[in-house]
Amino acid sequence: MAERSFAKEVETLRLGAGDEFHGEGILAVTKALLQSGVAYVGGYQGAPVSHLMDVLADAEGILNDLGVHFEASASEATAAAMLSASINYPLRGAVTWKSTVGTNVASDALANLASSGVMGGALIILGEDYGEGASIMQERTHAFAMKSQMWLLDPRPQLPAITAMVEKGFELSEASSTPVMLMLRIRACHVYGVFPAKDNRRPAFSAADALAAPSRDYGKIILPPSTFAQEKEKVEKRLPAAVQFIAAAGLNEFIDGDAQDVGIVMQGGLYNNTLRAMELLGCADTFGNSGIPLYVLNATYPLIPEEWVKFCSGKRAVLVVEEGQPEFIEQAATQILHQAGVSTRIVGKEVLPRFGEYTVDSLRTGISAFIDQYAPQLRATGTIPAARKTQVSPEGAAKLAALVPPRPSGLCTGCPERPFFAAMKILQKETGPLHISADIGCHSFATLPPFNMGNSIMGYGLGAAGASAFGTDGGKRAVAVMGDGGFWHNGLTSGIGNAVFNKHDDLTIIIDNGYAAATGGQDIPSSRGTNEHRQGNNSIVDAVKGVGVKWVKRTHTYDMQGTLKLLREALKTPFRGPKVIVADGECQLNRQRRVKPIMRKAIKDGQRVVRERFGVDPDTCTGDHSCIRLSGCPSLTVKDNPDPLRTDPVAHVDNSCVGCGVCGEVAHAAVLCPSFYRAELIYNPSRWDRFMNSVRCSLIGALQRRSERNRLTI
Amino acid sequence: MSERPIKLTIAALGGQGGGVLADWLIEIAETEDFIAQSTSVPGVAQRTGATIYYLEFFPRAIAEKAGRAPILALMPVPGDVDCVIASELAEAGRAIQRGLVTPDRTTLISSTHRTYAIAEKSAMGQGAADTEALAELVRKQAKRVVLFDMDETAERNHSVISSVMLGALCGAGVLPFRKSNFQETIKKSGIAVATNLAAFEDAYQRAQRGDSGFTGKATSKLSQDVPSQAATERLQPLLDRIKRLPAVVRPVVLEGARRTLDYQDPTYAELYLDRVESTAALEARLWADASSYALLEAVARSLALWMTFEDTIRVADLKTRGSRFARVKDEIKADPDQLFGITEFMKPRVEEIAGTMPAGMGRWILSSPRVTAWLTKFTAGREIKTRTLSGFLMLYLLAGLKRWRRGTLRFNQENTHIEVWLAKIENLATDNYLVAVQLANAQRLVKGYGETHERGWRNFTTLLAQLDVLAARSDGGSVLARLIDAALADEEGTTLKREIAALTPTPPQPTAPAAPAPVASLT
Repeated sequence: MAERSFAKEVETLRLGAGDEFHGEGILAVTKALLQSGVAYVGGYQGAPVSHLMDVLADAEGILNDLGVHFEASASEATAAAMLSASINYPLRGAVTWKSTVGTNVASDALANLASSGVMGGALIILGEDYGEGASIMQERTHAFAMKSQMWLLDPRPQLPAITAMVEKGFELSEASSTPVMLMLRIRACHVYGVFPAKDNRRPAFSAADALAAPSRDYGKIILPPSTFAQEKEKVEKRLPAAVQFIAAAGLNEFIDGDAQDVGIVMQGGLYNNTLRAMELLGCADTFGNSGIPLYVLNATYPLIPEEWVKFCSGKRAVLVVEEGQPEFIEQAATQILHQAGVSTRIVGKEVLPRFGEYTVDSLRTGISAFIDQYAPQLRATGTIPAARKTQVSPEGAAKLAALVPPRPSGLCTGCPERPFFAAMKILQKETGPLHISADIGCHSFATLPPFNMGNSIMGYGLGAAGASAFGTDGGKRAVAVMGDGGFWHNGLTSGIGNAVFNKHDDLTIIIDNGYAAATGGQDIPSSRGTNEHRQGNNSIVDAVKGVGVKWVKRTHTYDMQGTLKLLREALKTPFRGPKVIVADGECQLNRQRRVKPIMRKAIKDGQRVVRERFGVDPDTCTGDHSCIRLSGCPSLTVKDNPDPLRTDPVAHVDNSCVGCGVCGEVAHAAVLCPSFYRAELIYNPSRWDRFMNSVRCSLIGALQRRSERNRLTI
Repeated sequence: MSERPIKLTIAALGGQGGGVLADWLIEIAETEDFIAQSTSVPGVAQRTGATIYYLEFFPRAIAEKAGRAPILALMPVPGDVDCVIASELAEAGRAIQRGLVTPDRTTLISSTHRTYAIAEKSAMGQGAADTEALAELVRKQAKRVVLFDMDETAERNHSVISSVMLGALCGAGVLPFRKSNFQETIKKSGIAVATNLAAFEDAYQRAQRGDSGFTGKATSKLSQDVPSQAATERLQPLLDRIKRLPAVVRPVVLEGARRTLDYQDPTYAELYLDRVESTAALEARLWADASSYALLEAVARSLALWMTFEDTIRVADLKTRGSRFARVKDEIKADPDQLFGITEFMKPRVEEIAGTMPAGMGRWILSSPRVTAWLTKFTAGREIKTRTLSGFLMLYLLAGLKRWRRGTLRFNQENTHIEVWLAKIENLATDNYLVAVQLANAQRLVKGYGETHERGWRNFTTLLAQLDVLAARSDGGSVLARLIDAALADEEGTTLKREIAALTPTPPQPTAPAAPAPVASLT
């Protein structure tokens, strides 16, 4: 069960012709898939496409009615391999993941798929995790399209355009027997908009039909001589077919403008922001009427030479607005024009940023520079006023830099990984710094303050593999951290199996919080909850033993003392060979979502319930904040020192505390201070509770009043 | 130029409900027949990071007249935002940093409360950003501001900050939407409607009043008025002695006297006043006509804190007070008649155990490895239930050891340290007044328990070792102040080591004591 329930959104998937779909970009894509008669869907969650997976997971009912098969794939490679169903059969299939990380994982299958070619439309929906909000290294999906020859669509970030491109994408794929990638930038995935819905379509051909009459064609197998024939077909048949379809279907758009000797070409995904930049420069209006001719590439690969020649002929210079690097489109366009003998100057990254997200601000600056250089007359005629300048004064900016603290992401309130990393921090006070190979997941945040541990991150599930080079050294043992998500994604084989096979002597910690938590709490093979569509509760420990690990132990992360003991043992034990610690602790976000309603109901039903939360006594706290340096829990913060003689702020636990118990554990494990207390609030107390309470209150009260009387003050 | 969209930026923290607010606004805009677009970049920021939501609204009627849909941008542009609403003061600052707030254009609505960032919280002393400067900058940068504590407003109405923000937006009148439609949206959501509407209305009224005049200035918590009559005849002499001191230091000394009295007994308070008075006499010798008493003020403050050091007896005393039970009940938001328990986390080390023993026995324990080892058995972390009879009595009896405190090892150690410290201050004052003042302030390094206290004491003694060098420097005072900050810069003490290494002793030069600067600049 994912972090967010999409029950409401799921209903929008039922909309039909005449209805209006209101919602997020990525949900609109989901709806468009059903409108395109897709037969099967798979993928792996990850921002910014997690919601697509979550909605489909919550929509199994509708999917079954339509006869659509949905899988929460084990990895992007699994999802990509699933597309093989479209090689031999007229089955439309779609898969999704975070790019480029997911595309890296899927490349093997994708390359083979692209070589075999497809009969049914194969669509790969990619969340291009680039620019502000991205959580991965910055690369372009474009390179994958070129190397494997798959087509790349980059639609205008408006729901009607995006959904139309989903449907066209399937047609393009079938017309050219080639898988098609549809990329959406982060903001496009999350953009709220509206588009006219159509009826959902049942797939004409089903998996059952395929199984009833399997079809085989050696020409589609990835072995010579087929592979040579396939490469020939890519160049001689599929590419021309794609170019022909894109031109005929008019996927790319031409927008006229008065200025005849310059033009602007842009990736479709950058259309809105480019137009806003032009509007601010006074060369376009709110409705997209432009003073400069525009050529909008909703299909960025392949390029259509005829269209480029047509657009550029007779122009002095054309600006190519292409985000990221290398500037593939700029290079290709230069070649197209050169070979066609068109002398138009192609301008791109000489006026626009060479790397990084193209914000409206950077586009405004770049386009303005382009105009000054190649169409100064536009300024002369006053069509274009000078760009508005940002109005923060330099001294103001300097001041602010000092005033605005950085706010890195961190572990949530009550996160079960916090006590574990606090234990690791205490451990390293004893052992000195350890080499820690980190992984992708919530635990990646341990590389940030206040924990600051982890020497490298090699990719999802590759934490253990990342420690390989140190595996057998025999010196201080290397430590690898891996999440349960990464473990099932590939870590079991790439990390644990590898460590066994190569006789590593290191320690791998598998953080078992029960979900793919960082991506929104999706279920994974070891998830505890019951899910009628999935087989959960598969033991990580058994799996680890299964690949040959002899030293594997479990600990509960909230038991810091026990965890510390286990960590010490793992680093000291004479046992040679890979050591694995499975650190249990259910993701608190998901736990609260599960537990809160139950507790609320129990209280309403008059059952006795005890709710715990923590607090700090300000008069014993001396404002050193060691506790915060070992925890970093959002609910453990500071407040003004109520003591008139002291200036340092005191620690303070705010109301968001879920009483996870870490504060007490940390106070003990680190020998901190006696300021922490745990309060146990009792709802619907029993008779016994009330009796004991009255006895206690009367006696304790009496003693307290006594010492009150003896207390002197001036 | 044709009609332009209304541009709104929500600056919030992950998990604070900025998304909910955005959804509400979209719904309101659509009922008002506006074309609305919102977008965000949640990503990992959903996990407590800073994030923004961006919305644009455009009148449908105008779009229909033009026969075309407006092209709406997916991100805010510096200098082109009509309204920024921030859920927290530093995030308002961040929005300004991004250039989204401009004096010619932007209405800035912000909560005045702070959600401290990890760097601020984990500082070893005061690490919080300067709210006063933030408030000033916010006012300077925005065309119009609406500032009030949205967190407090939400809590007072048992609601969430998103409904407060919605109310503030409505009340500020930056959107051409009717109030009734704002309220309708809350009702339609069907969740905690009553409380959310109350919070909305509360925030609406606050916003209507506009700038609340928030300055972020910290106010002194010292009670400025010294009573003429003591509670009991027996304590009157203490009060009279305080009244004989210079007026500026009376509030601090009064607080110090109260503190020492509460900590031990009248005799102890008298000892405090004896020590304060000798410093006062010293000041008087140094400056015939002193207007400010930097040294006296610093000593009076630091001495009170040091003389009331947190030993096991003190902690037990504070933990068992009725006033403390009441404070806890309030803090955990227990209902008036709700039952609740309190559990303490105690982990006394052998040092603490020995420290509570009579001095001789305590020293013997610490000097004997075997006894220490044996005692270590009893140092496991303990959870004490203070609202059960057994737990309470245990702490209550421990607090009762107060009357024998003067005999304990810890008391003797601290008392010796205090006397040495005071003597050094007195000797220094004549050659280098400012160093003496900073030495008095240096007491704030010695705080906390266990390892924290050890670290603090280590740093303090490191500074003592530098006194001769510092006393010989005309800038000794400011250098010592810098060293104190350095000691609080990191746990490992690396910054302090570096700073000290950088000190190159200069030959002593005969310096007349520098004139006392105003208290503020020194303490």
